[in-house]
Amino acid sequence: MDELITILGRETVRTILGLTGTFLIVVLNTLVLTWAERKVAGHMQRRIGPKEVGPYGLLQPIADTLKLLGKEILTPRAVERPLYYLAPTIVFIPVLVSFIVIPFDSYLQVKDINVGILVILAFSSLSVLSILFAGWGSNNKYSLIGSIRSVAQNIAYEIPLLLSILPVILIANSLSLKDIVEAQKGIWFVVYQPVAFLTFFIASVAETNRTPFDLPEAESELVAGFHTEYSGMRFAFFFLAEYTNIFIVSAIATTFFLGGYQGPILPGIVWFFVKSYLLVFIILWFRWTFPRVRFDQLLNFSWKILIPVSLLNLLITGGILKI
Amino acid sequence: MTVSPNEIIKGALSLIKGMGVTIVAFFQPVVTCQYPRETITITPRFRGHTKLVVDDENPDRTKCIVCGMCVKNCPSQSIKRVEGEKKEGEKKKTATEYVLDFTTCSQCGICVETCPVDALAFSADYNRVGYKREDFHFDLIKEFEKRKART
Repeated sequence: MDELITILGRETVRTILGLTGTFLIVVLNTLVLTWAERKVAGHMQRRIGPKEVGPYGLLQPIADTLKLLGKEILTPRAVERPLYYLAPTIVFIPVLVSFIVIPFDSYLQVKDINVGILVILAFSSLSVLSILFAGWGSNNKYSLIGSIRSVAQNIAYEIPLLLSILPVILIANSLSLKDIVEAQKGIWFVVYQPVAFLTFFIASVAETNRTPFDLPEAESELVAGFHTEYSGMRFAFFFLAEYTNIFIVSAIATTFFLGGYQGPILPGIVWFFVKSYLLVFIILWFRWTFPRVRFDQLLNFSWKILIPVSLLNLLITGGILKI
Repeated sequence: MTVSPNEIIKGALSLIKGMGVTIVAFFQPVVTCQYPRETITITPRFRGHTKLVVDDENPDRTKCIVCGMCVKNCPSQSIKRVEGEKKEGEKKKTATEYVLDFTTCSQCGICVETCPVDALAFSADYNRVGYKREDFHFDLIKEFEKRKART
């Protein structure tokens, strides 16, 4: 390892290790989440869920992956080829970038950038672009409607997302995620900012297109939304991005409000994953409890309730900090 | 859309209530039957295909006396053929062939009702499968022999 560092330089080794770890986490997280989603769905409906492949059906996601890998990649004739091919790739990039700045432990972070949260937010808005690409490029009415809905929704919910993060940044006085976690040594920010936590969580559920805000892929009306025309490995990329996004928003919520890797006895990384997956479980829990909202309800909720509430919260926080 | 704070609180409470319902269900035992691994117990009144009942006095033969009442009364002509012979030293005829076409049988039970010697009953056999129609034209005497061999 020391030789490698002297040959390549510290930063290169760091990047390579970070990327490897990121890929590992992305893939493992998706495997675990697809299994967990089906298992949670099963038990909330008083049935078992996957159980045949491996103990407790644990190998089911691997079987699914093999199936998707083995499928022929179909390209419908009328698609807008460049956009159609580009969309699954672009959807995946912001996901990878977000992992760079997330502090998994006090020493485990690919790179501590002093504008960390801005990087995540800037890149996660890129996924809207890929959804629009997919919807437009597919040349399919369901895809187009799904992607237009998705864009409207993501724009509407990015504002409360930002506004609910700002009070935390004001308190911690830093944009670096590590500093924010360190600032929560005594008391978690969820105690100071319960309203911001709530608005952030609701907005992030909407950002990841999950139920009750899953209008972009409403399967009962739009077949599958923007990825209707995708199959095989290209579809798998959308799937991978969706589940990784769920983990990322939970990880950010953990970092900003639940003290990140801080916790007694157990090592920091364990605490980080326990807290993150608890939030992930709540998102899954939402999915199997709530019905889908109507489109006007969705936008009204964001513009008329979430944004005013989070703005007010920001104002009050700013005022108190000034005094 | 004007929303009163009261309405928001009421709505939020109802959401929490809904989440309570699902989390309770999450920890309750499952109610589904894992079919190929386990089967539910068949209730005594279950109507499978008909079967011939064993004679209490002679376990080698069925109660059937080949009177032909079931053939005559079957509304769908599902009972194709009932043949029998009179064995020496016995008063009654003994059935040697009883062909039931289960594809047209609707389990109405008229054959069971009309049988003068109560030789017919519903079996609990619910998962009979086959690749062609002829798989469901079966001889109840052979079924009876099979059951006898198993016990």
